[in-house]
Amino acid sequence: MEVTITRHNEMIDPTVHVWGWEIPVYLFLGGMVAGMMILSGYFFLKGRSRDLVCVCYRIPLIGLVLISLGMLALFLDLEHKLYVWRLYTTFEIKSPMSWGSWILLLVYPALLANFFMYVPDPIRSRLPFLQNWSDKLRSLPNAPIIVGKFNIAVGILLGTYTGLLLSSLGARPLWNSAILGLLFLTSGLSTAAAFVHMIAKDQWERETLAKADNMFLTAELVILALFIINMLSSSEVQIRAAMLLLTGPYAATFWVFVILLGILVPLFIQTRAVKHKVIHTPIAPLLVMLGGLILRFILVGAGQLSHYALYKF
Amino acid sequence: MARFAMVIDTLKCVGCMDCVVACKTENDVPEGLNRDWITTVTEGKFPTLRTEIRSERCNHCGNPPCVHCCPTGASHVHDLDGVVLVHHNLCIGCKACLASCPYDARFIHPKGYADKCTFCIHRVEKGLDPACVSVCPTHCMYFGDLDDPNSQVSRLLQERKHHALLPEAGTRPQIFYLI
Repeated sequence: MEVTITRHNEMIDPTVHVWGWEIPVYLFLGGMVAGMMILSGYFFLKGRSRDLVCVCYRIPLIGLVLISLGMLALFLDLEHKLYVWRLYTTFEIKSPMSWGSWILLLVYPALLANFFMYVPDPIRSRLPFLQNWSDKLRSLPNAPIIVGKFNIAVGILLGTYTGLLLSSLGARPLWNSAILGLLFLTSGLSTAAAFVHMIAKDQWERETLAKADNMFLTAELVILALFIINMLSSSEVQIRAAMLLLTGPYAATFWVFVILLGILVPLFIQTRAVKHKVIHTPIAPLLVMLGGLILRFILVGAGQLSHYALYKF
Repeated sequence: MARFAMVIDTLKCVGCMDCVVACKTENDVPEGLNRDWITTVTEGKFPTLRTEIRSERCNHCGNPPCVHCCPTGASHVHDLDGVVLVHHNLCIGCKACLASCPYDARFIHPKGYADKCTFCIHRVEKGLDPACVSVCPTHCMYFGDLDDPNSQVSRLLQERKHHALLPEAGTRPQIFYLI
């Protein structure tokens, strides 16, 4: 078959490339913050917040910064920036992006409530009124439980929607799988656990998060396998879409940076670290985070390349 | 409610691109961008080759993914005639509609909003044909209401073999090619 098209629209031809670095970076940061909220909320619910100081008391502030950076990347991607406020003049029930814009509004109060459960010393000494707010919040009955549940709920919504956002875009066969929601949620949990593992000072906390990360990495590997099997057992266009990752232009990056260096190697290192065979170093967590970031870059890039028209590959 | 559609006779189309020029002129489409275009597909093995020349544009789908994914309601289906349009002052330029269109029919206008074929709704509302249809020198393009069984487009689809583009995408395209 020979196809000639006279169109040469920017960002569309010869292949769709409407989203550059901004969207993968946002998906990565959003997913990691979602993971942080779920982890933090979980330990609040379990009454372990005093044992896991970093994840419960330091992460909220870092999460606020990271989600703001993610939203900045999202804003930079917009082509009609001055009209961004239009997102908040409507709620489009069929549009995951509309859901996402409202979910992002819930992320801030959830993280702030988490932050006010314990205001870090340097901030408390400079801004004493924050401590008063914190005291008021903590005096509420069951405050840790409420804050924990709120963070878990918003975290799950945030982590899942980033995947569903892509899977709802019907024209791209690689994205046409609801498994993406679960994959991004698990990857977000994994990168969040890796981040805390990297920055926590307490040895016990680091080990707890390393064990959790091992569990998330294993789950991510299984979900990735299910995602690929799902594609390979579907129609011709989806088989071709899967091949973009398995043997096509994204294969080397996928196998080396996502599967090997992003999952298998850190899983091996962290498994030995929790058994005290090697010491905890930032290498494994950094690899996990890099793998998570590259996973988003690959899925956004390859997804745009995948197409229903077979001659587009 | 009308259901506007376009029928294009590929046996008459010669790919002269008059439709492309008419669209750019009528709608002031910026340089380097196209709301419609010509696709030439040659299939088979020599000497039994078959070439189809198609004038393509937004398919004004009955199940439009671009409308479903739009976070602000900028992409919408016109209440009266099923034409898919974009409110420029609601569009934030997120490009989800570009990514969701299996026909790659949308683009970002230099002013920042998503743009595409409108079926020349401003002409249709005055009882005229879209610009591309009105200029076609081989009269291979037909425009009309599919809900009217006596319209020319309905009759052509009843009488002639035809196909739509990528029906497997589930979008219910409203542009049909006679073969």
